[in-house]
Amino acid sequence: MNKPLNKMAVQANINGESTAFLCSPGQVLAEVLRDELELIGTKIGCNTGDCGACSVLVDDRLVCSCLVLAAEVEGKSVQTVEGVANGGELHPVQQKLLEHGGLQCGICTPGVVIAAKALLDHNPDPTEEQARYWLAGNLCRCTGYDKIIRAVLDAAKMMREEAA
Amino acid sequence: MAVQEFISPTSLSEAQQVVGDGAASSWLAGGTDLLVGIRLGARDPARVIDLKQIPELTAIEIDETSVRIGAAASAFDVLHNSDVPSLFPGLAEALNLIGSTQITGRCSAGGNLCNASPAADSIPALIANGAQCRILGPDGERTLAVEDFVVGPNRNALASGELLVELILPRPAAATSDAYLRLTPRTEMDIAVAGAGVSITVDESGTCTAARVAIGAVAPTALLVEAAAEALVGSQLDQAAIDEAVAAVRAAATPISDKRGTAEYRTHVVGVLVARALANAQARIEEARS
Amino acid sequence: MNAYQEFKIIGSRPVRPDGLDKVTGRARYGADLNMQGQIYGHVVRSPHAHAVITSIDCSKALAMDGVLAVMTGDDLVKPGNEMLGSGEGAMALKDLVPMVMSQGKVLFHSQAVAAVAATSPELAAEAARAVEVTYEVLPAVTDVHKALAPDAPILHHDRFPDDYPEEPTNLATHISLTVGEPEAAFAGADVIVEQTYSVPMCHQGYIEPHACVASVDARNRVDLWCSTQGHFAARHFTSAATGIDLGKITVTASEIGGGFGGKTTVYLEPLAVVLAQKAGRPVKMVMDRGDVFRATGGAPGAETRVKLGATRDGKLVAADVDCLMDSGAYNGGPAAFPVYMATACYKLSDARSTGRSVYTNKPKIHAYRAPSMPQVTLGFELAVTELAIELGIDPIEFRLMNAVDEGDANMMGAPYLRIGLRECLETARNHKHYKSAVAEGAGRGVAMGYWINAGMQSSATLNVIADGHVSILTGSPDIGGSRASMALMASEVLGIPFEHIHPQVAATDAVGHTDVTGGSRTTVATGQAVIQAAEQCVAEMCRRAAAEWEVEPGVVAWSQGAAHHGDQTLTFEKLASRAGTMGGPLTFSSSLNSTSAAPAFGVHICDAEVDKETGRTTITRYTVIQDAGKAIHPDYVEGQMQGGAVQGIGWALNEEYLYNEDGVLENPGFLDYRIPVASDLPFIDTVIVEVPNPLHPFGVKGVGEVPIVPPMPAIAEAVYQSTGVRFRDLPLNPPKIVAALQDN
Repeated sequence: MNKPLNKMAVQANINGESTAFLCSPGQVLAEVLRDELELIGTKIGCNTGDCGACSVLVDDRLVCSCLVLAAEVEGKSVQTVEGVANGGELHPVQQKLLEHGGLQCGICTPGVVIAAKALLDHNPDPTEEQARYWLAGNLCRCTGYDKIIRAVLDAAKMMREEAA
Repeated sequence: MAVQEFISPTSLSEAQQVVGDGAASSWLAGGTDLLVGIRLGARDPARVIDLKQIPELTAIEIDETSVRIGAAASAFDVLHNSDVPSLFPGLAEALNLIGSTQITGRCSAGGNLCNASPAADSIPALIANGAQCRILGPDGERTLAVEDFVVGPNRNALASGELLVELILPRPAAATSDAYLRLTPRTEMDIAVAGAGVSITVDESGTCTAARVAIGAVAPTALLVEAAAEALVGSQLDQAAIDEAVAAVRAAATPISDKRGTAEYRTHVVGVLVARALANAQARIEEARS
Repeated sequence: MNAYQEFKIIGSRPVRPDGLDKVTGRARYGADLNMQGQIYGHVVRSPHAHAVITSIDCSKALAMDGVLAVMTGDDLVKPGNEMLGSGEGAMALKDLVPMVMSQGKVLFHSQAVAAVAATSPELAAEAARAVEVTYEVLPAVTDVHKALAPDAPILHHDRFPDDYPEEPTNLATHISLTVGEPEAAFAGADVIVEQTYSVPMCHQGYIEPHACVASVDARNRVDLWCSTQGHFAARHFTSAATGIDLGKITVTASEIGGGFGGKTTVYLEPLAVVLAQKAGRPVKMVMDRGDVFRATGGAPGAETRVKLGATRDGKLVAADVDCLMDSGAYNGGPAAFPVYMATACYKLSDARSTGRSVYTNKPKIHAYRAPSMPQVTLGFELAVTELAIELGIDPIEFRLMNAVDEGDANMMGAPYLRIGLRECLETARNHKHYKSAVAEGAGRGVAMGYWINAGMQSSATLNVIADGHVSILTGSPDIGGSRASMALMASEVLGIPFEHIHPQVAATDAVGHTDVTGGSRTTVATGQAVIQAAEQCVAEMCRRAAAEWEVEPGVVAWSQGAAHHGDQTLTFEKLASRAGTMGGPLTFSSSLNSTSAAPAFGVHICDAEVDKETGRTTITRYTVIQDAGKAIHPDYVEGQMQGGAVQGIGWALNEEYLYNEDGVLENPGFLDYRIPVASDLPFIDTVIVEVPNPLHPFGVKGVGEVPIVPPMPAIAEAVYQSTGVRFRDLPLNPPKIVAALQDN
């Protein structure tokens, strides 16, 4: 017995590439990224928007991909952690997280990379408090956030120096 | 039962047509409540209707008399609008607190209002600013004050087939400011244990000439506490007047004890928050004057 | 090797070898692997906290299109009394099997009772709903005291604690140890403090839910991929629960997204294996976040009565500690740990320590960073500070006067070797944090803590590659940067660049037996195996050089990555490229059961400010001082110190499990299970004290667990100093603080 296949065809720009995929109407973006597009860098920690591990950018807007229906990205651009580095060149946030030891188990790291990139695109000179509040939606259980915040502020400094 | 259909109408009339044809539907704005509800089994729509392609629903418009915020405009867009945060700093505070940056990027004041959680952050701030709801349905349009729009925990006044189109806030009079504060155990990421939204007008002699005080998370719905406003209007916002307003909000509060706080604590803290919010609003007015 | 030597690369901070994959999203965690042809498993969970299963009917589920297998508890082995595992993860088979899937009785809400596998996750969820289970519901008990009351519902009718009559009880274990004459010593004390303290049950809070993929062939050979702190332990537990021979199971550890003790056991793995066996297809299972909270083991809540006595001159003379812990539904409460560790920081010749654990209708508790020490230390350290204050002695001075030294014995009688507690206390006393004035309205607390640290079994294999690069295989899943430490240690011994060393976590068939990554043992024990393998490599390379130069091996020296004799040199790279003609492949293995572990001591200083109108506490300054012996990679030692401290901060302020009377967890999510977020915290200052461990070639001491031990008493003391009210029952959430302030 065959149930009719209830899938939608969606066209979006994923990490700079025009991409087409099929999804169920109720399927969330996080699932489609991981299971249809095999972009496993985006992690699912809770599936209810409480942990930030699934953070991506949709049209440059920081969102939890577990709270976006995949069908909603029709015609939009999506950036995941896989699209942050420029070929072999890491983004300053990635570079500084490595230099500062701002990761231990690394499960929150993709979400942090995306969220921190969004922060610095929005505000190139955040204070420590601004960085902490912006990143409050990215839970980390390993680091206590110290080295993450240091890395992000150092990346901001590096980016300001390069722009000058 | 999984969602069977996702539809993106591009006009209000198309949206009305789609919702009118019978299938159990949910409107989708930011999705930060709907998708969680679906995941936890509390919501089960067969069809999801995305409102974000309809211009009226995401527009933010300002003219001489009012500010209109589309019901599906994201909090992020409202917060980064060139005028709204300075006209309504308290509303901006409230929208910023709804959730994380990721949530702010998607959630909407309209959605927060329609979800009608007793602890919703936007609602006390909207009530304090005298916001009105413009509703469109099969029988036409109607307007409802925000405090009348929420009828119970997670229940709003929309009838079947109706849709909240926009929130209309009257531009604040001169020497008016608003403020919103809430209490959460952590600094972010929590549902409000108690919330307070106020708007006051203070003339040059320091007399409060108008006030609206609303409280959240301490009753089945957010409440406009008129007795608190009465205590403040005509006063110099001196300690006695503040204390009377605080007593009024504590008397109006009917909180429950749950995993987020005890009833005694909520009653106590909502008074503290109202006093502090009033002080913040007053400081904003004085700073604007100088 | 002399532990006090100068190091060439040990102690530096290179970028970790696995770091690039983690910042680019390439690293594969438990849910990130897909096997061709895989189907999806879904667990059926009990809606009751205490019940007898009267029937399970999976026939409707199995009849559904796309459903390829179903299972119940009958598909696992019938458990006996065998003990499995070791250290913090040890448990009896008769606890493991029903914990993984009920054997007829349900003892906690969300306990697995059946499972299905289908061709899509949605189908599997639908099939799970079609499994019909009938229950005879029994009253649930979630409070430890109610569980010990005479009329309590009894969870186990077949277990009796040692030395107890065989009558039904929910008491799981009762252990007590006495040294000297505590009663006489109390009689001689000038000041006595006696109080009861409590901490709630809480969860390790790892961000990555449990996940695995299992594939079983027709001869029952199993390939298991899972997120685990120990894939050898996962193999052992999976074999024990399913009855499949240990030797037929290969386990590959994925990257792990946090464990903190909670992933030293199995939950989904035996189920995925049985379903894969039945379906003839690989089965993937990923735990839902709600089930992680509802159905996996967190840390026990505990009530600890602490009685301490001191003489007027500031000498601690007597201690009596009685810790009552919540074990959850099965035996796992590490009741023994507080018994022999409660007094570990202090010179005491007269003391008693008792540990009891009690069954309740909650998931069986499991290890969480220094299991049971935070529960006991809260009370012990608060009582010590109370004594100090009553005697008019500074809290750090009082601790210095009573701190254990080398040669002192702990309650088990084992004397300490060279330890660094005194150095940590002195560092704290001289630290600018401690010397700074406490801000107006704020309070300051100081506390210290201990963790025993484990040795246990580790193996390593070192393969030299023809271009002079080296691969190092260990069996230790990397939870916090240990691969970087392995590469540093190998680089130190071999003298080759750090970047030429490729440390990997190998599957169970590819490296010798290795116990779990836990017990703060990985850098110590697995590091020793790596060092030994590297030393064997150096010895063999020297031997080959000697043979080439026709001299005795004893006159060949190894330095700066090369063999030397006179003015002759053979570099590592050269020896690597010529391996085939100089004696054959260069591959070295080492295995050990390490007896080189040394205990960890830490001292924390916390400043906190309480908003007295709202009861909200803000941590304004926090410093962690800890003896690491030798920090191989300081970034990752600091990381453990900061991460553990923040877990303690969360436990002190907001984290707790909230159960209703029916035994249903009310906060099974990160929204209402409140771990600290970035905006809650200041920077966490760290000072690594290095008093080398004389038993370890590089002086290393384990660092991972002790940082969670001091925070709760340090914060509770700071809150007392800020408010004037003593809090002994955590968490210190706002309603509790306001209520207490109003009462006072």
